[in-house]
Amino acid sequence: MSTLLETLHYGFIQRALLAGTLLGLLGSYYGCFVVQRRLSFFGSGLSHSALGGVAIGLLAGIHPLAVAVPFTLGVAILSTWLRDKTRLSGDTSIGIFFSLSVALGMILLSLRDSYTVDAFTYLFGSILAVNQSDVLCALGLFILNGFTLPLWRRWSYATFDRSLAESDGLPVRRDDYLLNSLIALTLVIAMKILGMILMTAFLVIPPATARLVSKRFSQMTLLSCLLGVFTTLGGLLLSYLLDFPSGATIVMVQGFLFLVFLFIWRIRITGKSS
Amino acid sequence: MSAAPAVSFHQVSVKLGSHLALQEVSFEIPQNAYFTLIGPNGAGKSVLIRTMMGILAPTQGKVELFGQALKKNHAAWFGYVPQLKTFDVSFPATVGEFILSGRDQRWPFRITEDDQNKILEVLRSVKAERLFERSLSLLSGGELQRAYLARALIRHPRILILDEPSTGIDMEGEEDLYKLLDEIRARQQTTIVMVTHDQTVAEHHSSHVLLLNQRVIAFGSPTQALTETSLKKAFGHHAHHHEMPTRLP
Repeated sequence: MSTLLETLHYGFIQRALLAGTLLGLLGSYYGCFVVQRRLSFFGSGLSHSALGGVAIGLLAGIHPLAVAVPFTLGVAILSTWLRDKTRLSGDTSIGIFFSLSVALGMILLSLRDSYTVDAFTYLFGSILAVNQSDVLCALGLFILNGFTLPLWRRWSYATFDRSLAESDGLPVRRDDYLLNSLIALTLVIAMKILGMILMTAFLVIPPATARLVSKRFSQMTLLSCLLGVFTTLGGLLLSYLLDFPSGATIVMVQGFLFLVFLFIWRIRITGKSS
Repeated sequence: MSAAPAVSFHQVSVKLGSHLALQEVSFEIPQNAYFTLIGPNGAGKSVLIRTMMGILAPTQGKVELFGQALKKNHAAWFGYVPQLKTFDVSFPATVGEFILSGRDQRWPFRITEDDQNKILEVLRSVKAERLFERSLSLLSGGELQRAYLARALIRHPRILILDEPSTGIDMEGEEDLYKLLDEIRARQQTTIVMVTHDQTVAEHHSSHVLLLNQRVIAFGSPTQALTETSLKKAFGHHAHHHEMPTRLP
């Protein structure tokens, strides 16, 4: 216990906990829409697309995030547009841009060996190396997203039934662009801290866990956010104590909780049917 | 001075891509009428309904509601029960939340006590009070239709639109539904617009019938509109006219 309290005194742990909690919360929140709209591949594709932006930034000698943010936003908007205007599915649209972005990233990174090391930071994240500006970035993103909180009701309605929302005059298509852009922004900001591979876990595992035991979407959203925060805090501390990679430990904690909730769900179902 | 018609179509044409779905359609539905729209597959029934609700814009002509040009904010005047239930069955939703979304045009985050009373009141009116807490995905066809009807009614619509309302429900449920619609119309002074392929239903319940096949084939009372000639014109040689049975009291 004393080791745990001691751990909390370290500045880098405090920054990791704060940034991780904020981004985990956002990821788990947007994850509810991602899971219900069956956009898991969209989330995964977007976070990988960011690699193209990172590579351009490294090559141009500017901060990779300064390029990755507009680059990933562009991919999100273009793939939403492609799905909207053509008969291609969402998965196919993002699949095209995802592959092109990764290919572009690989070509650019192959130009110099030192780039590969930097790019690895973005692939797997480095939460314990979070600095002051990363925390401010996460905080800024969190505040920005706070302003869009009233849109939860509109996005949820369109997630439930797009046609009904359209027949009620809601700007469903415009909302798609906004929601997808905000998901892209969250992913790309979280990339350096949680890693582009592990951030995808936040978009899927906590909401899927919450869905197992929720009767209402509001309940699912709250529980998913709670799980996102809890697994970040638990995973980080556990990783420090066990000397495991932090991002991977967070995801393993999420996976463990998913299994626990699956077990609870199974017992409930069996109880009802008997 | 007589009241403005609930719905007026003036020479309305709608083009979807290069396909002319509606061609110079004109008719008027008086307030509190029971209007039935009949036509073969591909006749443009759904296009007409979507145009009436302002989802599709006419390529030519104009639509008026209660004497006013159709605007986007008129969506709240409609209660709509779609034929195809396109909602995501994996979405965690209770019947209560679903009904409230009909009033708010947003998904509810929580249900207040006042909201609950209003939902229960409207569920009582469709004889489905017990469904309040049920998960939407667990309802039968008939129960789902009642939930949709309750959802349409909670916003006190001036026009209630039902697209093929008997789809997915058994004969007994169908009779109950039409009886319920007659009651609603009498109680709430609502104009009912119903799309159906069932000529008998149109004959029994409607005050006005529009026979459509991209253009207006016939319009008027059931006896005026559903003649052998007009049915043949709309449906081709397969159509045959049912003898009009005596109206039930």
